[in-house]
Amino acid sequence: MTNPGPAPDLTPGVPTPSTTGATTDPTPDARRHGALGALADRKKKRIDALAEAGTISSEEGVSLWQSAWRRLRRDPVFLIGAVIVLLFVLVAILAPWLAPHDPRARDLIGQVTPATPIPEPQPGYPLGGDNAGRDMLSRLIVGSRQTLIVGVLATLGGLAGGLVLGTLAGGISGWVDTIVMRIVDVMLSIPSLLMAFSIAALFARPSQWTVILAIAIIQIPIFARLLRGSMMAQRHSDHVLAARALGVRRPAIVFRHMLPNSLGPVIVQGTLVLAVSIIDAAALSFLGLGNPDDSIPEWGQMLGKAQTFFNTYPHIAVYPALCIIVVALGFTLMGESLREALDPKSRR
Amino acid sequence: MTTQASTTAYPSGAGGGEPLLSVRDLTVTFGRGGRAFTAVDHVSFDVQPGQTVGLVGESGCGKSVTSLAIMQLLPSRGNTVSGTVSFAGEDLLSLSDAQMRDRRGRDLAMIFQDPLSSLNPVVPLGTQVAEVLQRHKGMKNAPAQKRAAELLDKVGIPDPTRRLKEYPHQLSGGMRQRALIAMALACEPRLLIADEPTTALDVTIQAQILALLKELVQDSGTALIMITHDLGVVAGLCDEVNVLYGGRIVERAGRHDLFARPRHPYTGGLLASIPRLTEERGRRLTPVPGSVADNIPWDHGCAFAPRCASEIGVCRERTPELVPDRPELGADRLLRCHNPLESNPLDDAPTTEESGA
Amino acid sequence: MLRFIVRRLLQALIALFVLSVLLFAWLRSLPGGVVSALLGERGTPESAAKLRAQLGLDDPIPVQYWRFLERAVQGDFGVSNGVYRGQPALDVFTQRFPATIELSFFAILIALTFAIPLGYFAARRRGGVLDTGSVVFSLVGVAVPVFFLAYVLKYLFAVRWGLLPPSGRQTVGINATHITNFYVLDALMTREWDAAWDALKHLVLPALALSSIPFAVVFRITRAAVIDVMDEDYVRTARAKGLTARTIRGRHIMRNALIPVVTIVGLQIGALLAGAVLTEKVFAFQGIGQALAIGFELRDYPVLQVLIMMAALIYIVVNLLVDIAYAVIDPRVRL
Repeated sequence: MTNPGPAPDLTPGVPTPSTTGATTDPTPDARRHGALGALADRKKKRIDALAEAGTISSEEGVSLWQSAWRRLRRDPVFLIGAVIVLLFVLVAILAPWLAPHDPRARDLIGQVTPATPIPEPQPGYPLGGDNAGRDMLSRLIVGSRQTLIVGVLATLGGLAGGLVLGTLAGGISGWVDTIVMRIVDVMLSIPSLLMAFSIAALFARPSQWTVILAIAIIQIPIFARLLRGSMMAQRHSDHVLAARALGVRRPAIVFRHMLPNSLGPVIVQGTLVLAVSIIDAAALSFLGLGNPDDSIPEWGQMLGKAQTFFNTYPHIAVYPALCIIVVALGFTLMGESLREALDPKSRR
Repeated sequence: MTTQASTTAYPSGAGGGEPLLSVRDLTVTFGRGGRAFTAVDHVSFDVQPGQTVGLVGESGCGKSVTSLAIMQLLPSRGNTVSGTVSFAGEDLLSLSDAQMRDRRGRDLAMIFQDPLSSLNPVVPLGTQVAEVLQRHKGMKNAPAQKRAAELLDKVGIPDPTRRLKEYPHQLSGGMRQRALIAMALACEPRLLIADEPTTALDVTIQAQILALLKELVQDSGTALIMITHDLGVVAGLCDEVNVLYGGRIVERAGRHDLFARPRHPYTGGLLASIPRLTEERGRRLTPVPGSVADNIPWDHGCAFAPRCASEIGVCRERTPELVPDRPELGADRLLRCHNPLESNPLDDAPTTEESGA
Repeated sequence: MLRFIVRRLLQALIALFVLSVLLFAWLRSLPGGVVSALLGERGTPESAAKLRAQLGLDDPIPVQYWRFLERAVQGDFGVSNGVYRGQPALDVFTQRFPATIELSFFAILIALTFAIPLGYFAARRRGGVLDTGSVVFSLVGVAVPVFFLAYVLKYLFAVRWGLLPPSGRQTVGINATHITNFYVLDALMTREWDAAWDALKHLVLPALALSSIPFAVVFRITRAAVIDVMDEDYVRTARAKGLTARTIRGRHIMRNALIPVVTIVGLQIGALLAGAVLTEKVFAFQGIGQALAIGFELRDYPVLQVLIMMAALIYIVVNLLVDIAYAVIDPRVRL
């Protein structure tokens, strides 16, 4: 009898639909096993998964960005998100020219009385006024600009902090990595919005800068972990090894080779963080921790300040709230579809 | 089309009596329209009660899809299955989901390639064995667990009562596959399909599992469809062998006939790629050159032609049919080839394949 | 198992230690330092100097930290200087803690009851109307600020239609005995059915608003997990065994798919606590969230200090429990 020996698997055949069931995808298992660890482990895992996903895709070069773009172009979710975001940015840029009135001018102050604190919609003022007699529509239009600024600056602040920590940890490794990641992990283990509230409460005089700072700080650990994960994944990749073999100095490797390749996950996370920042800014305003100066309107601030009138004149809260919801949805849709397009798992 | 040819040319199986399983023109297509891909293309074969039939071929040849189609375990969407699969006189493809559920695990059972991923990681082993008994034999939990321990004992798992409470990750690879075999054979099915049951295991364990399968199948008279890329497995186990290529059967023969006189160049290539103990050291193993990706569609000739050392002009012009081979080479041989091998490639050793690439 | 729990406990202790350091640093970086924070507007230079000496703020920082820790362990976090003026800060927490637990419990209950079945059916009919609809719904849910949702619910169901009470935990003047301060539980224990019904009615709207946070997350995790698990080989094995659809769903799909859901619920506790600050403010629901909201507004630092510490403690403890639950449902973790 022939010995049933180890026959080599004849040829590496291409996977056909027949093998989709049979091939075992290691990721779900790995994810479950990864549950061992510190408190914020699951949060970390999700970030790490994103870091790896983006890295793998960018490592294979432009073609994967192209394939991602090909998928996105036909993805209605992405297109809806992109249209919303584009419109929002356009309005924010063109706000001064689009707004029919000066958002600071108290045109309708004559109609504000203790009995009727909110002026009704009227010709020239389709959405009516606020409790200071200012045109609602103009304030919404101009408010888009400040909302965008708060969102973008908070995201950039978080990214900058995360970049420093993540590059330190992922680029240098060793004990620096250990210490930085310990700090990051503890930050991740504190409920983030509660931390934003606490940071904002530190300042005796809140302003838009304290809002931006508070929101930026809570994003730092997320970006730090993301960048570190992405760099760790690249450390043993061919292009980094090649650069090292060629004698390229470490900082050059980190900044010229590793960082650019971490762009994918950073863009995804940044898009999602933008949505969260805008919502969180509203929450801070609602608690009285936002910018008290309403001469430059911002949606979160408008919504926060509308709380006193909600039961009597709900519309003055609904308008800014709808703006926030639509824009946050736009960024979320874009971010989620980007994440999926860059995820090698969903591409197979 | 090849439909008529393959069906009419089909001789009755080795035993001569009523086959247990009779697959006719089984075709599985994934996708639709221009992007459709036919994974299994008019495959026909019989399995007699107690017989062991091999389906052999490399990854992507359609052997696993064939087995999943018989069990009706293909995903419910995205594919079309045609042909007939009659099992004990019933066409399985025309049964309802509920009727098929009653038969799976009771009349037909299946074991899979990767024993770790095929076992539920969070359910104790005992429950996973006992649930088959509870489902099909109406047993209560306690007697089912007791019977499960007996089954584990029968497949050679030591200390079975303790193992009932353990989880798959606590077992070795060989033990896991034994447990899967125990589950599959729990209701004494009349047909067992084993899809590459030893591929994920260590070499020494492979032999043990194959020996176990052989013993159990012979003891219980269960028919077995053995799906493998490993002709070594076939040699030790199968009564009849079907070699699949590109979704079609390209050669069928009894085990001894196939090894003695492979006729299809692909079969020859498979045989040449097995290392053997009898030959002198230093012979280079000769794999079949190229990969499934090189296939040409069957409509325009022989799918294997681009990789074939024996290719002649007609191979890319006319589709070869599956027809009876010369009777003096063995009973009931079928072959789909324009230019079959006239001698065993192993007799005049390695050269035939090397020159062909 | 025991080793696992001990290791987890140690990790929780370390996190707690780091937290106490952070909190101490937070207090010290307050504008004007602890003294003006404690004295508030009333402070004179003399009283400030006196308090400085009294608090030992001139001692080295490690000594100060140690003293802070000693007091914290004894439950001495100072006295409120906000609306609860004169009340020990810890009392504010203990009185209000049950309310927030009750609220969070119902919020999670609502979220799980709807999100898990919806996630399962969306995954089974992937790409179908139900799936697309609920995915869009969950994405919109994430984009809606919690306090706005709370206001909308309050406006519609309480102000406009008058179906449910707009604020508070219990109708003023209702005759109810309080034992544990979990109002629903209290009323059930004393068989005061009216009071139980009343407390429940007060819970519906805030719990609904608060549940929007875990709902969206749990739905999406369940859906993703079910999609993953359905592709697993062991589900195919289960089908090959001819098991009933119910057994496959319960024992083979859901038991595996719920593992990530359990952990995500633990993580959501953090978001839930922050959400409670906003929701409780809208509904004037007398829990720790409302106290935090008022504390933030009035910069009542002694109260904030104890509430943040406790919130973090709750978060850590819940996650510890979740990890233990995790080890129970996933046997592989026990190794």
